[in-house]
Amino acid sequence: MGSFIATRLVRLVATLLVVSFLTFLLVNLLPGDAINALIPIEAQQDQEYVAQVRAEWGLDDPMLVRYGKWLGDAVRGDLGDSIVTSRAVSSEIAHRIPVTGELMIVTVIFSVLLAVPLGVMSAYREGSRLDQIISGGAQFALSVPGFVAGLLFIYVFAMKLGWFPATGWTRISNSISGNLMTVTLPALSLSVIEVAVYTRVVRSDLVTTLKEDYILSARSKGLKDGFILFRHALRPSSLTLITVVGLNIGLLLGGTVVVEFLFALPGLGKRLLDAIFQRDFMMVQGITVFVAMVYVVVNTLVDFVYLVVDPRIRKAD
Amino acid sequence: MVDQAANSPLLKVDDLRTTFTIPAGDVKAVRGVSFSLDRGKTLGIVGESGSGKTVLARSVMRLNLGTNVTTTGTAVFEGTDVLTRSPAEMRQLWGTEMAMVFQDPMTSLNPLVRVQRQVTEHLCRHLNLNRSEARQAAVDLLREVRIPDPETRLRSFPHELSGGMRQRVCIAVALACAPSLLFADEPTTALDVTVQHQILNLLSREQADREMAMVLVTHDLGVVAGRTDDTMVMYAGTVVEHAPTASLFADMRHPYSEALMRSIPRTSFPSHTRLAAITGRPPDLIDPPTGCDFSPRCPYVQDQCVNEEPPLVETDDPTHRLACWTPVGSPEARVAFEKNLAAGLRQAVAVDLSTTRSPAGGVDG
Repeated sequence: MGSFIATRLVRLVATLLVVSFLTFLLVNLLPGDAINALIPIEAQQDQEYVAQVRAEWGLDDPMLVRYGKWLGDAVRGDLGDSIVTSRAVSSEIAHRIPVTGELMIVTVIFSVLLAVPLGVMSAYREGSRLDQIISGGAQFALSVPGFVAGLLFIYVFAMKLGWFPATGWTRISNSISGNLMTVTLPALSLSVIEVAVYTRVVRSDLVTTLKEDYILSARSKGLKDGFILFRHALRPSSLTLITVVGLNIGLLLGGTVVVEFLFALPGLGKRLLDAIFQRDFMMVQGITVFVAMVYVVVNTLVDFVYLVVDPRIRKAD
Repeated sequence: MVDQAANSPLLKVDDLRTTFTIPAGDVKAVRGVSFSLDRGKTLGIVGESGSGKTVLARSVMRLNLGTNVTTTGTAVFEGTDVLTRSPAEMRQLWGTEMAMVFQDPMTSLNPLVRVQRQVTEHLCRHLNLNRSEARQAAVDLLREVRIPDPETRLRSFPHELSGGMRQRVCIAVALACAPSLLFADEPTTALDVTVQHQILNLLSREQADREMAMVLVTHDLGVVAGRTDDTMVMYAGTVVEHAPTASLFADMRHPYSEALMRSIPRTSFPSHTRLAAITGRPPDLIDPPTGCDFSPRCPYVQDQCVNEEPPLVETDDPTHRLACWTPVGSPEARVAFEKNLAAGLRQAVAVDLSTTRSPAGGVDG
């Protein structure tokens, strides 16, 4: 158990180092000079001033030196300042993360709540008309990108029915109901593909589990089908679901960039997009590493969830 | 009415047929089996893999899952035909009236559920026990199946128990609601030899104490010897011989029963004796052979066996049923064997070799 935790933590730190270095490398490979973001083109005639600013930001240092400096600050929680707004990258992230975080959490909740019953029904009636409809629907939903679903939802639920606002964000501290109104459509748009993926995962795992001897054994005890499905079959069938949910957190972060843009939400994804256009390399670097950290931490947590779900893994380690 | 119920058999199966429809055709796994079992009696069903013994047991319990299974015939249990019962009615029977111990205790317990819940969940449902009553019942049951330190074991997960312990837990699960009929489907096949005897003895003792009827399914004639009242030998989905166990072992009539017997290894054999395996393979159940199913592998085969299917009929002993044209020990069998041996028929030569090389005799133990 102790060694399990230790291994996972070492792996987590190593992954973060590699990811931050690769991000640094990529940001440096972006075309365009950061100096263009720092000083207006007209001011760049003054060679001395340019050289001074370059030295100030360390733009002429070798890349490894700059990475070393950045890393030294980063481990102390200082991700540097935005070159465009001069605000600390970390405080920008802190300001934006409640929006993106909430969007992701609500999306995962929506998706799991919808996908588990659908997957269970589908697996329980394997091969039936219901199964065909659910599986076919999932297949179709898989091919609908979040922004297409988003446009459709805006058209139907915001413009035609007027149930939800089309764009904008109300902070949860201002109004809980208003917040829920603004999070619903973006989260639903992101959920479409997630529901499809999770439904398929639950269905296929459950179909396999339902052929296990212990399910037959539970039947021979005279237990009701619903009880067998939810109390005997679902938990052994949930390991893949947990893995996929963890992995999808990364995809979801990518998805939020587009959906936040579409719904004009002041989230991390939108901020990242702006930063890329502005060549704000400190901001891009900071947000990317932060996102990578969330991703790695979530997937490490997933490893611990396995321990809770399956007692056999607890013993194996 | 009461008398009639007491005198009629607990289970009466008549012309039971179970077919699985697969893309390659219809697999006729059970092809017209009839037998009856009285209250408190035991029946052994013996046959090699694929002889339909497990499917038969599961058909009677209505546990064959899937939409591709059809079962016809009747299986009258406690006066009503279980094959016509609704799923809800079956759930009432399962656990309380009929229970099953499965072959592999490694896979028949849910790996993610503690022993306590697996032993008590159906008690709570069928007998309306509350938590503490159920727990006490579970402790009593585990003690009854000789699991040491039951209070601790209740909190264990299946993977923390040995194979023998798990099978004891499975037996406790099956006995929990005091069924009147227990199916034990190869209960010792997946276990170590040293544990097999303990489990069989446990089953026999529980069966006797509870006056419960038991069907013991096995591929090993040695398992039923001395343990069951009756023994039924199955081959290719049909019953080939059915008799009280004692008279079956004393007077084995079907060539397949004899072959099964011959294939049991014995400690009295000199070392390096070749085991007399049954030559050939079990028949294709999608397209069974004409005549006797065993004829392609039978050392006593003659023309009639290939052309005409022998019916299962009573012999001179009315309790001994047999489906064979050339019963072991009959003059016809002797003539046929000599003829087959002279013709160099593979199965006859194999039998000749094993009988001349090794001492013949009954089963050890």
